[in-house]
Amino acid sequence: MPVRFDNIYDVVVAGGGNAALCAAITAARAGRSVIVLEGAPAFYRGGNTRHTRNLRCAHDGIAPTMTGPYDGGEFLDDLYRVTGGETDKALAQLTIERSRELIPWMNKAGVKFQPPLGGTLSLGKTNAFFLGGGRGMLNALYRQAEALGVVCLSDAPVTALSIEDGFFTAATIQYEGLPHQVRGRTLVAAAGGFEANIDWLKQHWGAAADNFLIRGTPYNRGDVLKMLLAHGVKPVGDPTQMHCVGIDARAPRFDGGIATRLDSVVFGIMVNRAAQRFYDEGEETWPKRYAIWGRLIAQQPEQIGYSIVDSKSIHMFMPSIFPAVQAGAIGELAGKLQLDAAALEKTVADFNAAVRPGTFDHTVLDDCRTEGLAIPKSHWARKIDTPPYYAYPLRPGITFTYLGVRVNDESRMVLANGKTSGNMFAAGEIMAGNVLGKGYLAGIGMTIGAVFGRIAGEGAAKNARN
Amino acid sequence: MPATDLSRSAALVEADRLMTICNACRYCEGLCAVFPAMEMRRTFADSDLNYLANLCHQCGACYSDCQYSPPHEFNVNVPAALATLRNDSYAKYAWPRAFAPAFARNGLFIALTAAAGVAAFIVGFVAWRDPAVLFARHAGDFYKMMPHNAMVALFGAVFIYAIAALALSLRAYWRDINGEVDLRAAGEATVDAARLTYLGGGGGGCTSENEMPSAQRRVFHHFTFYGFLLCFAATSVATIYHYAFGWRAPYALTSLPVLLGIAGGLGLLIGPAGLFVLAQQRYAVLTDAPRRGMDTAFLAMLFLVSLTGFALMILRDSGAMGILLALHLGVVLALFLSLPYGKFVHGLYRYLALVKYAREKRTAAFVD
Repeated sequence: MPVRFDNIYDVVVAGGGNAALCAAITAARAGRSVIVLEGAPAFYRGGNTRHTRNLRCAHDGIAPTMTGPYDGGEFLDDLYRVTGGETDKALAQLTIERSRELIPWMNKAGVKFQPPLGGTLSLGKTNAFFLGGGRGMLNALYRQAEALGVVCLSDAPVTALSIEDGFFTAATIQYEGLPHQVRGRTLVAAAGGFEANIDWLKQHWGAAADNFLIRGTPYNRGDVLKMLLAHGVKPVGDPTQMHCVGIDARAPRFDGGIATRLDSVVFGIMVNRAAQRFYDEGEETWPKRYAIWGRLIAQQPEQIGYSIVDSKSIHMFMPSIFPAVQAGAIGELAGKLQLDAAALEKTVADFNAAVRPGTFDHTVLDDCRTEGLAIPKSHWARKIDTPPYYAYPLRPGITFTYLGVRVNDESRMVLANGKTSGNMFAAGEIMAGNVLGKGYLAGIGMTIGAVFGRIAGEGAAKNARN
Repeated sequence: MPATDLSRSAALVEADRLMTICNACRYCEGLCAVFPAMEMRRTFADSDLNYLANLCHQCGACYSDCQYSPPHEFNVNVPAALATLRNDSYAKYAWPRAFAPAFARNGLFIALTAAAGVAAFIVGFVAWRDPAVLFARHAGDFYKMMPHNAMVALFGAVFIYAIAALALSLRAYWRDINGEVDLRAAGEATVDAARLTYLGGGGGGCTSENEMPSAQRRVFHHFTFYGFLLCFAATSVATIYHYAFGWRAPYALTSLPVLLGIAGGLGLLIGPAGLFVLAQQRYAVLTDAPRRGMDTAFLAMLFLVSLTGFALMILRDSGAMGILLALHLGVVLALFLSLPYGKFVHGLYRYLALVKYAREKRTAAFVD
């Protein structure tokens, strides 16, 4: 069936990930005509959703794939802890309250869940895992949306928005080589952040951004976000901040996803190009230890770091996608990494000399630590003395950005002048900064996307009728 | 990713590359047995890969769920890579080794075997008696065409050969993958094989690109598998009738061997036909496309065995009985002969892989 551009859709959804589909399905179930405009080609549809694995939800312990219960108060505490209070309290409570509905809602939409099996993530109580991961979940949502008559276009990037005084009338898209006007009674903006927009990242990070790896697709450019801000929608979130983790430096520039993560750092030492340590590798347990290294490496020369472990530890963390660089001696390892051999030997020797005796246990904050170093290693410090030695190069891997648009509890956009938009809603990463002002909580992005996607879909459906 | 090793086949190298990527991702671990088994390993020897390849039921769910499937530069296509390796493994363990090439051009091999089988019976009947006997009416008495003892001797010998060849192939496989068995593992594997637990993509059914997951393949496979078992039961009951009770064929339509045979025969018509139609609709990128003839040949043989069996039953009192008997026996003989060298073996290798998995998931620790 050819796509119609001559009619006025009740709901125009810009974006094609979890939040977009939740909004589209909700509005379609309310009987509205809906079109989904995904900027990426079909395979890459869904933005960061395709790389996700679970969503966090409050529940009373009866969800079949979860251990539990995880009550709302505990969820809120977790959210306060990671954001340091940088969250809109009312929206945070709304997120948590409505997260209770997500598993049944997703099940109805055809999404299947599985218990957390192997791997390192002990999230069985707080997070529901998608069977087959985010792409499996996304495929189910698309099938549901299409069954409800939603028009789903991929490779249809929004190039302009027609907005007057905070009132949306049409989106211009580029589709099959031609520009088209897609007119609508309401807009749901669910088009993600700008993590793949290197030029935008450079505004705050300068040339260092050339050495950043982007964990999601190259299509997360933030075009719709930029248009909305230019049309006077109120921003939220720190425009300079991004969530970034240390990932394998050999990963592709874009879309390396989960497989490029490295979990080796706490088991050894981390050095920079000068073969010097630069931060306490034993500071914290997962997931914080996972999340801090991206930023730390971003601040080092050439934005690269090297995690060095010995054969005692090489099998203690998740297997890596790329093999470790291996050598029989530290000097030889330095040579393979093109580091100064004498400097690395001294760093390792100094570290080994500072390691105090203790009982190693990487599952708790153990008593293995160094003494007398300017940069200590507070836990899990064991001498690097058992060849062969192994190294992984790491670079910052950018997951998402925090800048977004301000919304109210109807997911309706708030304008810079303080008024609310007549017919524009936002959901997902593009407004996640309202709830997650900084930090990260596993699965929270999908929770925000699904909760506000549904709220936006409800609001748009109601709005389109008036 | 593993370094290039010239001693390894391309299929092994590719399977190793993919399992290394998958083991760093693990999103598919809820779909089937392959990924949990993978997670029990950090590196993948040839024998590990041959084990994992036979554990795969090729439902395709991990392809449509994968962030890294083509056109992604990681080019992850686990169903096709494991299908290719699995087909290689049938040849690798085949006994005798001289027959391994039968797997390369399996459609042709099976077709020639079938034609030779039919021709041998026609020539045999004519040579045994005279040309007229082939077209005479015998009131359903097959033994007018071929004495019972001769039939038993011929099929018994071929059957024993097939069993022996299969056993030796499977022994080589079992040793290579370091298989260990206990009663509980055998029981679990039997249930998983009987229910096709892992042909469901974790619950959705088989998927092709952009298609709804569907349980159709499982349904038609059940028709085929249980049809085969019922036919086997029919033959076994008839053998007992003959030797234990002295009740000679032909048996009445309402007798147990005939009823079992009819039920099984219907399964072997419906199942293979359904699987054949589904195979034509299947997204080719998920398969070992150059060797799909192996699947088609086996389905065709099962279908023909059943079809000729029914024709024989219906027309056994007519003058067509002689030629139909030659057709049926020829196809059955060819099926038996080709059992160790065709798609039939997939069930046996997979069963052993399931036994190994059932045991190791209890005894081995997951690698975190």
